[in-house]
Amino acid sequence: MARTNLNSEWPLRRRDAVPRLVGRHEDFLIVAALAGTVRDCWSMTTDGSHAYAMSGAMGAGAMVAYGLAMQQPKRRVLGLVGDADLLMNLGSLATIAATPADNLSILCVDNGMFAETGNQVSHTGLGADLEAIARGAGFRSTCTVREEAEMEEGAAMLRRPGLNFVLLKVGPEDAPDVQGALDASFCRQRFRTALLGHP
Amino acid sequence: MNTQTTTSAASRPWQEELYDVLKEFDVSHVAYVPDGGHRVLIDRALADPEVNAIPLTTEEEGVAMMAGVHLGGGRGVLLMQSSGSGNCINMLSLISGGRFPFLTLVTMRGEFGEGNPWQFPMGQATQAVLEAMGLHCIRADTAADIIPAARAAANQAYFAGGAVAVLMGQRLIGAKRFW
Repeated sequence: MARTNLNSEWPLRRRDAVPRLVGRHEDFLIVAALAGTVRDCWSMTTDGSHAYAMSGAMGAGAMVAYGLAMQQPKRRVLGLVGDADLLMNLGSLATIAATPADNLSILCVDNGMFAETGNQVSHTGLGADLEAIARGAGFRSTCTVREEAEMEEGAAMLRRPGLNFVLLKVGPEDAPDVQGALDASFCRQRFRTALLGHP
Repeated sequence: MNTQTTTSAASRPWQEELYDVLKEFDVSHVAYVPDGGHRVLIDRALADPEVNAIPLTTEEEGVAMMAGVHLGGGRGVLLMQSSGSGNCINMLSLISGGRFPFLTLVTMRGEFGEGNPWQFPMGQATQAVLEAMGLHCIRADTAADIIPAARAAANQAYFAGGAVAVLMGQRLIGAKRFW
């Protein structure tokens, strides 16, 4: 059965919109989860040591960011996740909202498809609304950025104190063609050394 | 009720001592999917102003959260029942691949005296599954075992960077009746 990706009509593109929404990325500790957003992160930060990017353990993104935020309450934490990563662990939204971190923003880059595996349409491309799900899970500060006019509000929300969820709807475009470190242990030690002064 | 879980009035119950061990190791995040065998730990964590006690919808969330806590320089523990170990399998790629220190306390079901047959498959596969994903398992089957086992596991995790599960057997926690 042919299935149309609803997102194919949406005007924003990830290569432009993600770095503009995040702004000065050094202001955040960043956790990026799964293929597309990992490459967004590598590109935006030049594979920076203030980011921990995961190319596996699908579904981990929001909760790794949450654990980091709970342990580092004075830092602003950004969880940069794809729609597929979040869909795999929707319960994590309920967990995070139930005991909220007040220094965590989730930025979900939603292209409505599993781009890494051949652009199969994902549940969000078929109608699932992750902002509504986040709100239903207990997030009070949420927004969806669908077009240029909504970029400013989304960017401001990412930096707002509290627990925030920003859904960025993007049309089809490949994530940046860059490569960063894939060794999860090297990246762990690099991140901790930058943050804590020791691995 | 398993009589081995009772202690003399003079000594502290092992459940209380077990929480004290976590405090001794400066554990400040306790994530859990509830289980009767973890009731005391969960209640004490919830009442402890120095500890974030986090209820999870599924155990793998706790695996990911513990990795984030470590990235931030803290220590946490995941409390779960053996049935939850199966929910963690792929998420443990993060722990093994990233060589994250990791401590989980697992209350066993599906073994000694189990009264609910639904618990047999996962309970009896728990140790094999966790070991297959790179965790070291330490069993504790008596009240005399559990405190040394917990302390050994915490040492391995927090000082040697190991990934360790303490499997708390049903001889220790008691077998639940379902009939």
